[in-house]
Amino acid sequence: MHNGNITIENITKVEGNAGLEVTVKEGKIKDLKFIIKDYRRFYTEVVKGKPFVSAPSLLSRICGTCSVAHLFASIKAIEQSQGIEVSEQTKILRRLAYDGLMIRDHALHLYFFVLPDLLGVDSILDISDDPNDLGHILLHDSFDIKALGTDITEVVIGAAIHAPYPTVGGFLKLPDPTKLPDLLTRLEKIRTQVLRGIKAFYEYNASLVRDSDYLCLRNDIKNSKYDFLNGDIVSSDGKKIPPNKFHEFLDVVVVPYSQSEGYTFSDSHRNYLVGALARLNLNKDMLNPKTKKDVEKYLGIFPSNNVYHNNLAQAIEILQCVDDAIDILKDLKIVKEKPLRKNAQAGLGMGVVEAPRGTLYHMAKIDEKGMIRDYDVIVPTSQNQISIENDLKKYFSENLSKSEEELKLNAEQIIRAYDPCMSCSTNFLKIDWIRR
Amino acid sequence: MNNVDTKAARKLVVGWFTFTCSEDSTILFTELLNENFYGWKKLLDFRHIKSLKTKNSLNDLDVAFIEGAISSESQGKEVKKIRENAKYVVAIGECACTGLPSSSRNAFTSDQIIEGIKWYMTHFNYASKVKKLDDVIKVDDKVEGCPMNVQDFLTVLEKYLKLFKVV
Repeated sequence: MHNGNITIENITKVEGNAGLEVTVKEGKIKDLKFIIKDYRRFYTEVVKGKPFVSAPSLLSRICGTCSVAHLFASIKAIEQSQGIEVSEQTKILRRLAYDGLMIRDHALHLYFFVLPDLLGVDSILDISDDPNDLGHILLHDSFDIKALGTDITEVVIGAAIHAPYPTVGGFLKLPDPTKLPDLLTRLEKIRTQVLRGIKAFYEYNASLVRDSDYLCLRNDIKNSKYDFLNGDIVSSDGKKIPPNKFHEFLDVVVVPYSQSEGYTFSDSHRNYLVGALARLNLNKDMLNPKTKKDVEKYLGIFPSNNVYHNNLAQAIEILQCVDDAIDILKDLKIVKEKPLRKNAQAGLGMGVVEAPRGTLYHMAKIDEKGMIRDYDVIVPTSQNQISIENDLKKYFSENLSKSEEELKLNAEQIIRAYDPCMSCSTNFLKIDWIRR
Repeated sequence: MNNVDTKAARKLVVGWFTFTCSEDSTILFTELLNENFYGWKKLLDFRHIKSLKTKNSLNDLDVAFIEGAISSESQGKEVKKIRENAKYVVAIGECACTGLPSSSRNAFTSDQIIEGIKWYMTHFNYASKVKKLDDVIKVDDKVEGCPMNVQDFLTVLEKYLKLFKVV
């Protein structure tokens, strides 16, 4: 039985900086702190007083890996505040770019961060160089998958990180159509490699069955698809909330040792989980028919309360995005059009998207001169913070007989399963606080 | 980079660190591994790279690549310790090279430092100003860009590979 404190100074193989402190006394967990350490940059304050067109580009700097999610959420919030309804072509191109983001971002997490756990090694640097070794094959697959995701975003929106083409109302520059056929060929070819990854993460034998609600976007409009960019917010306890009401639905909780706030539902005060696991739990019926057919044998797992199944859910979402991008590219004909703009008006807008790690909310309040008067962001990792902590408390309570080394390893694996992003989670929010 | 002679007598011992930033250059670095993983594995000893491994060490780094600006005294101490353990330091990305955009709060007026901001700055001992890297430690090279300019990074990396006679 372990006694004494357990400290992980730096959680590794995640985005950003976080630590863990566990206090054990007389064989029981007395205290557990999941500590997000990244310093705040206060970008929601920085954009105030600036023209709305400048905000999305700065706010994409909240995060390196999911900058496209922040970019699109910000653009959507501002478009709503200005009453701008973008063209069908803009919607389709945003969807295609988002497929690229998800493919690249999920592959980074799954293959670079989680795969070493699955193989029982410390790092991708320790994976065998033997071309017949499964680890080597999967790592090689990851290079192709990540590169394809990156190339989709580069062609459609100009870059995978801090993309320059998207703007309020549409695109500053449209994709070069001559570059699209190559993407289609590569997408069709990559399916075999993606399916190999899904099988590997399905066979990853790790379990932490947990207790919380789940929350994500769901697009229920007729003929709609598995959608990261549109829909209402739904939860596993049966709620359905329009994006404009999302903020009211949450209580923000100041976690005094963490640079990020946490969230609970405002009515039940329960914690909840956002991310790929929530999306598969609540939206698996809406997957692309080709994806659904090829992963049918794995889908029975969902809905799942095993947090490690977030990894499998991400692997399935890679295939979903590959198949969605194939469908889009088969029919895509790009016509010349300029971004839609109107004279600036005073207004309030909310942009809610599913970022790779879960539901992301941007709120913009604009004045009659087109200047930003107020801005707010709620990011997935902040929403997951209390769930991460509760899961770790459960794990440690049930496993104190294990060695400190194993406890630390498993704790990191649980945190990693959430795919947290600390850079994202340290942004300023200014609603009423509940101090813990 | 893919064409370099990889029969190296020794590897370049490198560390990769991040402070206050979006980690966009770190993400871009992981993208560069798509093309360069096997070549760099032969040339580089990744002694400290938290984004890729758990077992890290600061000992005897040839080159430390540092992304991000410095927001507090504790971050300042940490980066000084890296400097003491590294023969050369390369500032990576705009926040490390110029402070911005992470140092945007340096321009806040007193009206902008509202209760919530003040609480975080006091509670977590933020420095009054965010600093760029060379305000805190000696920097030998800079790779600017948000995220870093890839060609500039490859040029700097090649410079140190040659300097340490790895290639």
